Order: sequence, then structure tokens, then C-alpha cells
Amino acid sequence: MVTDHNLDELYHKGELTWQDGEYTVERGFQWTPPGCHNSCGMLYYMKDGKLDHAEGDPCFPYNNGRLCARCLNLEEAAYQEGRLKYPMKRDPKDRGDVSKFERITWDEALALIEKNLDEVTEKYGRASVFGLVGTGRNICWQVPWIVNNAFKSPNVFCALFSGDSCAVPRTAATAAMTGAYPVPDMGQFNEARYDYPDFQFPGTILIWGANPLKSNADCFQGYWITDCMKKGGSKLVVIDPMINWMSARAEVQIQIRPGTDCAVALAMNHVIIEEDLYDHDFVDCWTYGFDEFAEHVKDWTPERAAEIAWCDPDDIRKAARLIATNGPCAAPFGVSNDQKRNGVSAYHAIFNMMAITGNYDNPGGNILAYDPWGTVMSYIAGWDEGVLTPEMKAERLGDKEFPLHSVGFSALGQPDVLLHALETGEPRPMKMCFMMGTNPITNMAPDAPRAYKALMTLDFTIVCDYRMTPTIAGLADLVLPISFNWERNTLRLWFTPVRASRKISQYYECKSDEEIVVMLGRRFNPEFFDKIGVHTDIDMLDYIVKSAPNATESFDQLLNKDMYCWPDRPYYQYKTGGLRADGQPGFQTPTGRIELWVSMFANLGLDPLPNYEEPTESPVSTPELYKEYPLVLTTGARNFEFFHSEQREQPHMRATYPWPRVRINVEDAKELGIQDGEWVWIEGTRGRCQQKALVTEGIMKGVVEADHGWWFPERDGNAPSLYGVFESNINNLTPNGNPGPYSFGADFRSVLCKIYKCTPENSEILPGVQTVEKGGFHEPDYGDIISMYYGHDAK
Amino acid sequence: MSKKGLFINYEMCFGCHSCEMACSQEHKLPAGEFGIKLTQYGPHKNVKGDWEYTFVPVPTQLCDLCGSRTATGKLPACVHHCESECMEYGDIAELAKLLEEQPKSVLFSL
Ligand code: SF4
Ligand code: SF4
Ligand code: SF4
Repeated sequence: MVTDHNLDELYHKGELTWQDGEYTVERGFQWTPPGCHNSCGMLYYMKDGKLDHAEGDPCFPYNNGRLCARCLNLEEAAYQEGRLKYPMKRDPKDRGDVSKFERITWDEALALIEKNLDEVTEKYGRASVFGLVGTGRNICWQVPWIVNNAFKSPNVFCALFSGDSCAVPRTAATAAMTGAYPVPDMGQFNEARYDYPDFQFPGTILIWGANPLKSNADCFQGYWITDCMKKGGSKLVVIDPMINWMSARAEVQIQIRPGTDCAVALAMNHVIIEEDLYDHDFVDCWTYGFDEFAEHVKDWTPERAAEIAWCDPDDIRKAARLIATNGPCAAPFGVSNDQKRNGVSAYHAIFNMMAITGNYDNPGGNILAYDPWGTVMSYIAGWDEGVLTPEMKAERLGDKEFPLHSVGFSALGQPDVLLHALETGEPRPMKMCFMMGTNPITNMAPDAPRAYKALMTLDFTIVCDYRMTPTIAGLADLVLPISFNWERNTLRLWFTPVRASRKISQYYECKSDEEIVVMLGRRFNPEFFDKIGVHTDIDMLDYIVKSAPNATESFDQLLNKDMYCWPDRPYYQYKTGGLRADGQPGFQTPTGRIELWVSMFANLGLDPLPNYEEPTESPVSTPELYKEYPLVLTTGARNFEFFHSEQREQPHMRATYPWPRVRINVEDAKELGIQDGEWVWIEGTRGRCQQKALVTEGIMKGVVEADHGWWFPERDGNAPSLYGVFESNINNLTPNGNPGPYSFGADFRSVLCKIYKCTPENSEILPGVQTVEKGGFHEPDYGDIISMYYGHDAK
Repeated sequence: MSKKGLFINYEMCFGCHSCEMACSQEHKLPAGEFGIKLTQYGPHKNVKGDWEYTFVPVPTQLCDLCGSRTATGKLPACVHHCESECMEYGDIAELAKLLEEQPKSVLFSL
């Protein structure tokens, strides 16, 4: 840095709070809301008890001062029109009419919950009460806690999220293979970061179907990649149908047809084994099933994969060679393979490649981050303790249908089975729903119109959120207002470092998610909450901190003194026994080795080796359909302005990203007569939506990529508009009810579509009207697994 | 006092908008007004077959180099928050040396 600043002094390193002119500065960590997978060090500049603005904390080595645009606009986020201030109720017959919400007290809200809990339990049993949770941020463990330990039901789901298609498919693959969750090492496992004595910069960073610069996945800040490029000379391999900023700077970039990832990864393994570039020592000492795997990839020549993936076989070779020979290789998380039926296998192939090149728990490679870090416990799964008995757990939806669920690969229910239950009453009627931190018809649920219809069947729906959303407008009967991050005492015990954040402000009658856990717990299960000594949010967080394997302090110590705890984490723990529960060297798998041939999958009747399968709809698997829908659609790419469906109400975000956009190749656009910036219909076999065309060279010909999560807070909140939630919703086209063979992963990112200009003639019936007034786009149908189990004709 | 400027390495700027937003927040600018504005070239495959994809943020007439912040020793809001750490603030003469060390960079004198 040219200017010499003593940042530690200027920013009061180690202090919780100080005065800076007219502002009281409060140190903390932003996590949720607004949502994010990460949790950066923050300085909240407060005036008269309200946030004036926030800055990044230069003294916290995780982000060292840096912030995303979203965290630089928190004042607008928090004090916007539409923020919820009080509990509200509405008669279920008035769903879709936002004028019918009526302010009530928290006591009245609790009484209403009790009345409905009693009624539903009486008629259907307690397991017909369920929770819905959204993506991974600081509103995950709270939902299982409420539903399991307050309501005493075993049923919590990712919100109608077919195939649990985020992180869980990847975790299923890596947990079965390695017993853990690999996270690319960019020094984040030690406070000294890049200066940690054993740290080494990755030689190669493999970026597969992701833009980490925008997505900042769990325990990973995207800009650590640019740090590694600048400070360590790391080279990039980028696999993506789109050209992103990193592709343009990559040593090797390959654009592939969406959904063909597993084929490409198998071919890379083929090259590494065939050219004898693999790490013989690591393979001999620490892996299991190499011969079977080598035999398996023998036929997967780059030529074979390239034909499938519409790419150049030599690029596959170049990428494989670089990954194998250029020092450590780190592979950041990208969600796109989670959102494919073939995703578990794609990850299996990619992470086998990391294994045969020796890239686990090595500096600059991939750290095996759980379970010693308490990740599962503090994330979605809730806890092992709690009130659920084996009999209660037996009523969880999805365990019978899916073997990986039955052996505990997810502590949540299976969302495709929930959809089936809502639509048919089988295996049981599901009647009362508690949603917290999710806005499913806007974002998480594929086939959104179908999800809307399914959720309309409920007797009673509670939604906790911080602002009015389409889900609340359309579906909520009781609304509970949620505190922002700096309005809650909270804890991040999810990867490293452990962080605690203090409540420094109160907004009207909002409560934090933790306060709601305790309030509902004490009301509906006081015996249990007495037993664990939890009377307040602070008690709750203290209980959690003390149950964690790695943290030793009390919550009070963490909250009011240390603020964070970043224990030393040496490398190569498989050599020292740090990865296994029994303390022996090796990995937490049945053989103690990384299983290239996965014995657990074999034992459950699943494929022990990664096999490529075409998406359910594709140019190859459905050639007739492809004639009518000649473009492959992918979706879900991130941007800097929005976290999924959030931030659409913020004028500062809409200033740089005003409308939903579908990226289409210049040549495809020319053939279709589509101009840049014009509104087009994107239509698939299940439904259609409208977005603006972004005509670009930056996407491969034959493929389009459409935005997700769009709604329009400025439009009418009443049905059928519901803030325009269905008009541009790409989930009108994505499938539900058809998860992959491992039960994890569904084809969000590889369906077929066509695109045509919007005209007044073809726009008479908009998707909102189609969904709300005309019963939706299509009748429910189910993929092979659900159909087989429940006796439907498979689609 | 020597004249100050903003240095930006545009090989490493990845277009995160943090400089724009930090500036808007610092100066309480309404949406659509900018003290610094991102420009973009690409993605485009050039005649040599290489991908062009470059961002350069350009300070506007509203940029005052964060005079009141820098007076207290703080960095300008944009430099403080830049995600790729590709921005520098300082004496123009000093920053000019960086131009030589870091190809694909620019220096704004305001
Ligand atoms: S939005 Fe960006 S700045 Fe804010 S917590 Fe997440 S990663 Fe950090
Ligand atoms: S130096 Fe200050 S005023 Fe100028 S662009 Fe950066 S933040 Fe805005
Ligand atoms: S903050 Fe930095 S990386 Fe982000 S757009 Fe501005 S100059 Fe580029």
C-alpha cells in the first residue's frame, strides 16, 4: 500500500465499540439478514440507535476491510418501505390480499399458533406439522430446533427444493468418499492466513460451474482467488458454459453443454491416469478402489467426453495436465453440479480427481473441514440431542423412499416426497407449515406455479421474514417480523472462525430467530428447555457454544470479549488422526481411505462409481423435444447486486441491475431475430416466463442462461400478481418431483427451452394469471423414483 | 501538500461494484448517481482469438477523493472496500511508480 496507515490504531483493534465523531462504532460480523453464506467483519456506524452505514473491518483477516455492494447498502436494506414491524395475521380465505393483514401482539400470535397446532395434531397427528428452511446462512439450525424441539415433529425440509439441490449432493458425494467436506484452502483455516508458516498458494484453482467472485460460498470469499492470483501466481482452469471474468484470465477455459460435467470430469481422470500423472504415493497409501476406478475411466477418452459436452478434447487434456502437474489444486464450491440429477456422480468424478492428484488436507489444496469443526451441528441438521424419539423420526418423509436418507445423510425430510404429500395426501397429509428464512415461490422451489398450488392446500402457514415478500402476500396466515443481523445476539459456528455478534439496535417489535426459537420452545416444550437451561437467546447460544467440539469459551466471553475464536488448524490431519472419530490416521470412511469406489453407495444398492447420465431432457435423451425446444437452458448464475431473491426492493441495486436477463449467444439471437435488451418469452415443457435478452458472446451457442429469484416489489402485491413473482420466474420452467438416483440433485440447470419475442398477441395470459386463476401450467407428474414408490406412471 | 490521485489496476478489477456502492454510501448519493462508475469491455473474443473481459471504474465529477475521510487518516471509501484490492490512493508521484510496476493500470488525477 502506498499510503502508510496504522489501521489497527485507527480502527481500535480488539475493541467492541468506540466513538468516531457523531457515530458510535460497533464491531460485529454480518451474516443474516440480509442473507449471505459468509460472515464478514463489520463496523456498524450507529447514530441515535439506528444504523447510519456500515464499513468492512480492516482488522479482521477474513475480509480485511473489504465488503460486497450488498453490505455497503445495509441502511437502505434495513429501513426500507415494506420492512415488517409487527406480527400480523390474515384469514386463510384472504390469501393473496395484502390489505387483509391485521396487526396483532406476540401473545396473540402464540395463541394462534397453539390453536392451529392443536387442531392439526388432533386431526392428522403432529408429524403433519412441518418446517421449511431456505439456503445456508444464519437461519438454518433454528428451523429444526423449532419444529423438532418445540413442535415435536420430525419434518423439516428445504423449501420444496427438489433433490435438496444445493451443497447436499456435493456433501453426499464427498462425505461418502472422504467422510468430510472439502473446502479449498486459501489460508482461511488459520488467522495468519497467507502468512501461516505452512501455507502454500494453490498452483491451480479449478473453477467448475461457478463464479465464486459473486457467490462467496461457505467458508470461501471469492476475492481470495484474486489474492492468490496476485500474491501467489495461481493459475485458473474454468469449466463453464458462460465466459466469466476468470475465464478470460484462465490458463485453460472450457465451455461445456450444461449437464455433461460428469463426462468431462471422467475424461480428465482418464488423461491423468493414462499419462501417469497421478500421485502414486497418495493413491497407494490413502485411497481405496483405484484399480476399479482406473478401469472405469479407461473408455472415457477426451474425444468421447468432448462429443457429449460440445467442447474440444485437447482442452480437456490441457486442463487435466495442469491440474495434475502444477502444484496443489484447490477446487472452490460451485452449486451448479448440485442442480443436476447426475450431480452426485459429477462431484464424485471431480473429487476422485482431487484424490488421485493428492489434493486433500494439503496446503493450497482442499481442507477436509468437518466434522471436527461442528459444521453439521450448527448448520441445517439441528442436534442429535433434542426430543425426537426413534418412533417420531420414523414419521419423517423420505427416509423410506431414499436409502441415503434412511442412513442419515440428511437430517431433513426429502422435499420431493413433501411435494407428493401435499399434492396427494400420501404418505400422509401435511397441513401446517412454519417457514423461516425462505421465500419458496420466488426462489427455491422449482416449478414455482406447482409449488404455489401445493402450498395453497395448507390449513395454516406461518412465515417469518424481515419484509413483505410474494410468499407472504400469497400464502401466509401469520407473519412474524425478524430482526436484522445487528438487531440480534447471534453466533456463527459454521466452519472457522467461530464468530459472535451483539445486538446493538431494536426495530419496532421484531424478534431475532434465536428469540423465536426460545419463545416457541418455552411455550410448547418447557420441560425440554428447562432441562437444557434455556430461558433466553443468550442461554440458547451459550448451550450451543458449549456443545461444540472446538470452542471452549462461554458465549458471554465470545460475545463481550473475544468476538471470534480462530483455533490453529495444521495440515495433513489424515496423517495425524485428526479426521477420524477414533483418532487413528486416515479418513472417516469404512476403509479409512478415500474411497474412489464408494463402499457405502454399493451397500445401499447405489452406483459405487461415477457414471455419466444425460439430463432427463436434453438434445441427446429427448431428440424429438429438442426439435421444438432447441436451446439448452441453465439458470441460477449469481450477480453482485442480489442474494437470490433479496435486494430487489433496493433502488441502489436496481440502478445497476434493473431487470431480469436471459443471456443468449449472438448467433442464436441473430437466427431468432432477437435484439439485445428486448423482452422475450422463455418457454419450456412445463411453463414460460418473460425476461430481457442479453445478447452476448459470453455464452456458448445453443445454450441460454436465465436469471433466478426475480420479483418486483414495485408491482401489485395482490393476487394474481403477487409482486409479479411468476412473470419472470425461471422456475416456471424447471422440474419438480424428479430427483436423481441418489435422491440428491435435480435438473434445474439443464432443461430444454425456446425463446421468442414478447408481443401483445402472445402476452395476453401472463404467468401470474395462469398460475393463480387458471390452475397452473400443467398437472403434477413425477420422475421415476417417486413414481415407482407411489405407483404413478413415470414421466 | 502534493496532489493526490486514484490508481486502478484494471487487469485485476473484476467489476464487483463495491467502489460504486461505497462511494454512494459515503456521500449519501441517491440511486443512479455515482462518484465512480464502472465501465466494461467484453466478454468478446478478439481477432487474435483471446477473450477480452475488462472493467475500469471511472471517477465522476462527484468524486472529491473523500477529502473528509482522508483528512482523518482513513482510506477513501472505494479503496477501503475494493474487493480485488486493485485500487490505491496516494500522492500522484508515488502512484506513478506503480504504473511502471503493474502493467494494465491507470492513474486518475482529479
Ligand atoms: S454479502 Fe459480501 S460483504 Fe456481506 S457478509 Fe456476505 S460476503 Fe461478506
Ligand atoms: S475517492 Fe471517495 S469520492 Fe472518489 S470515487 Fe472513491 S469513494 Fe467516491
Ligand atoms: S471495487 Fe475494485 S474490483 Fe470492485 S469494481 Fe471497483 S475497482 Fe473493480
